[in-house]
Amino acid sequence: MPEEHYINEDYGIRSWLLTKDHKRIAILYLISITFFFAIGGLMATMIRIHLLTPTGNLVSHDNYNKLFTLHGIVMVFFFLVPSIPATLGNFLMPMMLGAKDLAFPKINLASWYIFMIGGSVALYAIVAGGVDTGWTFYTPFSSVYSNTHVVTAIVGIFFAGFSSILTGLNFIVTTHRMRAPGMTWFRLPLFVWSMYATSVIMMLGTPVVAITLSLVALERVFHLGIFNPALGGDPVLFQHMFWFYSHPAVYIMILPGMGVISELVSTFSRKPVFGYKFVAFSSVAIAIFGFLVWGHHLFTAGMSIYAALLFSLVSFLVAVPSGIKTFAWTATMYKGSISYKTPMLYVFGFLGLFCIGGLTGLFVAAVGLDIHLQDTYFVVAHFHYIMVGGMVMAYLGGLHYWWPKMTGRMYPEAWAKLSALIVFVGFNLTFFPQFILGYLGMPRRYAAYPPEFQVLHVLSTAGASILAVGYALPMVYFVWSLRYGQIAGPNPWGATGLEWKTTSPPHKHNFHETPVITEDPYNYTPELEREARFV
Amino acid sequence: MSETVISPDSREEALHTGHHPDLQHHFDDMEQQKEASSLGMWVFLAQEIMFFGGLFLLYLIYRMNYYPTFSMASSSIDVKWGAINTLVLIGSSLTMAMAVHSAHLSKRKALVGFLLATLALGGVFLGIKGKEYHDKYVEHHVPGMDNFLFVPEADSSGKIPNGVTQEQAESLKNNPAFQHTALIFFTLYFLMTGTHALHMIVGIGIIIPLIVLASKGRYNSSYCTPIENFGLYWHFVDIIWIFLFPLIYLINRTPHIG
Repeated sequence: MPEEHYINEDYGIRSWLLTKDHKRIAILYLISITFFFAIGGLMATMIRIHLLTPTGNLVSHDNYNKLFTLHGIVMVFFFLVPSIPATLGNFLMPMMLGAKDLAFPKINLASWYIFMIGGSVALYAIVAGGVDTGWTFYTPFSSVYSNTHVVTAIVGIFFAGFSSILTGLNFIVTTHRMRAPGMTWFRLPLFVWSMYATSVIMMLGTPVVAITLSLVALERVFHLGIFNPALGGDPVLFQHMFWFYSHPAVYIMILPGMGVISELVSTFSRKPVFGYKFVAFSSVAIAIFGFLVWGHHLFTAGMSIYAALLFSLVSFLVAVPSGIKTFAWTATMYKGSISYKTPMLYVFGFLGLFCIGGLTGLFVAAVGLDIHLQDTYFVVAHFHYIMVGGMVMAYLGGLHYWWPKMTGRMYPEAWAKLSALIVFVGFNLTFFPQFILGYLGMPRRYAAYPPEFQVLHVLSTAGASILAVGYALPMVYFVWSLRYGQIAGPNPWGATGLEWKTTSPPHKHNFHETPVITEDPYNYTPELEREARFV
Repeated sequence: MSETVISPDSREEALHTGHHPDLQHHFDDMEQQKEASSLGMWVFLAQEIMFFGGLFLLYLIYRMNYYPTFSMASSSIDVKWGAINTLVLIGSSLTMAMAVHSAHLSKRKALVGFLLATLALGGVFLGIKGKEYHDKYVEHHVPGMDNFLFVPEADSSGKIPNGVTQEQAESLKNNPAFQHTALIFFTLYFLMTGTHALHMIVGIGIIIPLIVLASKGRYNSSYCTPIENFGLYWHFVDIIWIFLFPLIYLINRTPHIG
């Protein structure tokens, strides 16, 4: 371990809560979002237990509505959106660019405080009695009829959104202005490209959902009629405005995962990423297409047939850049020297699950088929394959991969492999039956169901309990490794990238001297091979 | 954005070591720092456009759906005050531009003077806006209040605008569909001008410390990024108004469109 690094450069709670160091802020975020992940996971567990029996015996139907609502709100706004950007992104972006910090360190810290304010308000909404509108807050139920803490929850989300705007702003400016000498755009790690595309979505999408949800809250408090049909308002307009953000937000929740996968697949195949420029521009293309497809959430809400066809077509087009990426990752592995370390296991998991999630996305993007599948478990399974099978897999893979960089110590490989396997098995058992349920017509968000669906629900619940073990294990061994893990050294994987050229953990300013970049990314050399002590 | 407040001594010291006193540690030089700050402001403004964009979208859609009501309700807003405010705001943009110019020329007194003028004009704008809001309150046109009621009324010439007759105006009083759509207009009116005014208030909250620092000679040709960035923000808020004014005040003058 280096004598001086960002963790021991100062001690005490003040040095953490008032830090402007992007690495420490990343750790603050890591702890916070793990907490929210646990809360969201707890609610998912209760949902699954409730659905063990057709009549649903664990909670009342009203409370069931609150459970799935809060599960959605917590997981989307307080875990998935900040997950990779705020933790790995915060930690790695400046280092990957060869910078000392993000462009605006104070804004970075402020974003964490704003996130925590939003999180606290949302927690208050949960404790005070919950919300039952679904995470989508559809009007007029949310703005007129629901008797739950809608306004409080919206205030919480508003803050969380503001925090992600600030993170996005910081990343965009940092990528443009903080690159070290020689770090041209096409020498950037692909992780940076995908974080950049994510940040653009955060900047252009979040303000729209902020104003939309604020209107719902105002409408509720002052009995206005913007989205209330009884007062001349248009509830479908709310859906348009909500999904104008929330569909791009889906790409906020997957693009960073794609960035992580690009790094991992290259390191553990010891080959440059196949088709670097195509992968880089695919991220940008996904961000752009992402703003043109929101209408596919409204096929059954009343929409002109021509609009529906166009939205369907553009939704299909998203599959092109996604497919390019998937093929590029696969081609990267081709004839590579693959090592089956834990992060790579997560890559395999990601590729398989993302394919299923992405291809079933085409099912629901097809106008005709969507009439049958809309609001069924098929949709639930589809987006969980992307969000959990894709993003959470990538997040865990990235966490294992950069853990030695963040803490200076290795995680226990055997346990980690075991937990990766458990996550994969548990995940598929949880969500694959939901595809079948949805195809057979089981609607989402129902607290009870016909008895013939019970077998599939029991399978799903069994899978969820396995998945829970898979998520709990890393929390235990990561903490264990802080004290007992093997010392990692600067570059345990023999990886390329500037973050591996500094000590583990890095010292306060990342690099002792500003690095000068003279080579393309993912340039594996025999010297790097010798550094790789853990591959 | 600067690293803590720098005491005069340490500023002096920094000058001797060859670093600009306002250079933060994580930037290589002043140029990089300046470019980062100004890009940051532009990206922030892009975000603001999307924020206001949501409101403009709502306004345009409901204006199309309920054009007659919007036109009549717009007549109840005094175009005179809107026009004066437009001039005030354009004037404040001019003084702000002059302030940035003075900063570039390191003219401290001119800088402080133009910033004060900008502040004053911003204050005048908000004062007039407050008067307009008060008028709406008196006329029971504030959404969310129990006594909300909109009835087209005769203007100074004694005629009801938009060709509405006295009987029609009377019947609109008890027409729920009309009252609902009028409520939507006034909701959007207050939301859009209110959000704009909020941005003005934030601007005034920022300009006051800028004036204090400027009077201490903090900004000159080698370092005036905060002034430049604030200028961008102020102009942006003005541009929003340039769109709000015709949309909200002037539509009653174009009865054949829609």
